[in-house]
Amino acid sequence: MRTYVIRRLLLFIPTLFILSALVFFSVRLLPGDYIDILLSDPQFVGTGVDRERLSEMLGLDVPTHVAYVRWVSGILLRGTLGQSLQRDLAPVEAKILARVPVTLELGAAALLIGLVIALPVGIYSAVRQDTLGDYVGRSVAIFGLATPNFWLGLMVLIFPGIWWGWVPPLRLYPFSEDPLAHIGIFLIPGLILGTYLSAATMRMTRTMMLEVLRQDYVRTAWAKGLRERLVVVRHAMKNALIPVVTLIGLQLPILVGGSVIIETLFNLPGLGSLLVQSLAIRDYPMVSGINLFFATFILVNNLLIDLLYGYLDPRIRYQ
Amino acid sequence: MSNIADPVGAEARRRRGPVADFFYRLVREKPLGLLGAVIIVLFVLVSIFADQLAPDPEQRQDVTRSRQPPSAQHLLGTDHTGRDFLSRNIYGARLSLLVGFAATTVAVLVATAVGGLSGFVGGRLDIITQRFVDAWLAFPGLLLLMTVMSILGTGMLQVIIVLGMVSGIGSSRVIRGAVIGVKENAYFQAAQAVGSPTWRTVLRHVLPNVLAPIIIIFSITIGGVIITEASLSFLGFGLPLSVPSWGGLLSREGRRYMRVAPWLAMWPGIFLTIVVYSFNMFGDAVRDLLDPRLRGGVGRMGAHGGKALRKAVRTRSSRS
Repeated sequence: MRTYVIRRLLLFIPTLFILSALVFFSVRLLPGDYIDILLSDPQFVGTGVDRERLSEMLGLDVPTHVAYVRWVSGILLRGTLGQSLQRDLAPVEAKILARVPVTLELGAAALLIGLVIALPVGIYSAVRQDTLGDYVGRSVAIFGLATPNFWLGLMVLIFPGIWWGWVPPLRLYPFSEDPLAHIGIFLIPGLILGTYLSAATMRMTRTMMLEVLRQDYVRTAWAKGLRERLVVVRHAMKNALIPVVTLIGLQLPILVGGSVIIETLFNLPGLGSLLVQSLAIRDYPMVSGINLFFATFILVNNLLIDLLYGYLDPRIRYQ
Repeated sequence: MSNIADPVGAEARRRRGPVADFFYRLVREKPLGLLGAVIIVLFVLVSIFADQLAPDPEQRQDVTRSRQPPSAQHLLGTDHTGRDFLSRNIYGARLSLLVGFAATTVAVLVATAVGGLSGFVGGRLDIITQRFVDAWLAFPGLLLLMTVMSILGTGMLQVIIVLGMVSGIGSSRVIRGAVIGVKENAYFQAAQAVGSPTWRTVLRHVLPNVLAPIIIIFSITIGGVIITEASLSFLGFGLPLSVPSWGGLLSREGRRYMRVAPWLAMWPGIFLTIVVYSFNMFGDAVRDLLDPRLRGGVGRMGAHGGKALRKAVRTRSSRS
């Protein structure tokens, strides 16, 4: 196990550096007149930042690779991601940290709801293969994958309002003020993101369960006369769910993308909506900061999931 | 599924030829995939003949009929400037499909180039390339797309190229795996041993054998590409405002007037769902029919004997 952990960690570091380069260089395609646009923007006028200072903040005063080194060393040595180009010129990392909890809560709600839907349906679908319930479950899952979640969100915002005069809550109360209202606001967005995620998880769970249910040791369990619940839960499920763990890790990028859309739609003050706002006012230090944050978060999660996988399935460690 | 191990079925299949056999089996074995294919063909026809089918020309405005609910005259109602919404959606189909097909073509080309090179050359190049692909896979595609599109500005060509690149590098790993698999075969080593030039080995031995994964990637990617384009346009980073893409229709007319004219927010999403559903169903069918592991009894499978065959049967019955 220890060599496995070390190997995974050694692979992690270069990947993180490549990722930071990808994030950094993706905003380097800036058009030449970018500084002019920014300086004439009423949003930006009055910050007291002149052309020289601005090009320094954007790293446009030095060659790109030097700017990259400066950016990375700023992160590593001083723990700063630079300054936002908004009126207050606040540090990027402070703005990100302020927004993290909302996105985390939304993501956690979506993952949880997704699993609560996917696991029972997937397992049922496999145990009762080719029955009506199996077909219904699978059809719904495939439809769930095809439905754009921003459209589903729009429908939830529109039709309950027209039919029953009910509109999902759109104002976020601090947890300390009104815990129930605070959790309640994540319910509908979490449900929309969660159903989308559950489609893939459900299909994976079903396939893996089918694979495992045909194994000899499961047949033995049946032959011993064990009850169905015991065979399914104790013998089959344990092994079938190992690859599902990986799938949840693979879904994180989708979850992040989805949170950008859902936060924008439901007015949630999370990182995703901050990204959309920052892109709209061309605040690229902010954009790079958010992208790097998301990317690092996903990479760390993938690492943890790989380690967990190695722990759960010993065969992986010795490859 | 008795024809898998049935040599008579295999004989008939060879006689039909691969393309005809694919459609024969699609019709016989994959009803949902067939349904998907039929719907796709319908939408493709609608987009080709949009000018003839749309009741109104693309940009015809008439403020006297602004935001009318669906009626016999305007089946899907009208938008805020009085444009016939059915016509808008028909032109939207053309855009969504055009961007979908074009971006997926770019994606497949990128995937084949990157994955093929990485797998074929191997060694240090492969290790370095795969670290890049690792990083790429960890990065949420939508974020990268939004960032790059905000810098490049909205536009159809930008969307096609950027969307194709982002999606293609992600799926390059499948091609890489397939190429590495081909290299382990005796026929590949034999070609090398008799001194076949590299271009000949690639064209004659590698490419034909990774054709199936290439087609599979195309058919299972395109649905996601269409949804991603719609998401981008919805957020304002995709196609320009003047163009009536489905995502854009939802974002502008749909969102702004959602309370007074809910039909504007409803139809583009329904069409999107139907098209993406059809592509996904068809893609699943293509994968099941082309995946070499499922091709029992003939070709490579025969050499592996009964165990592989049993596995193929098992996998087959557990899918679809």
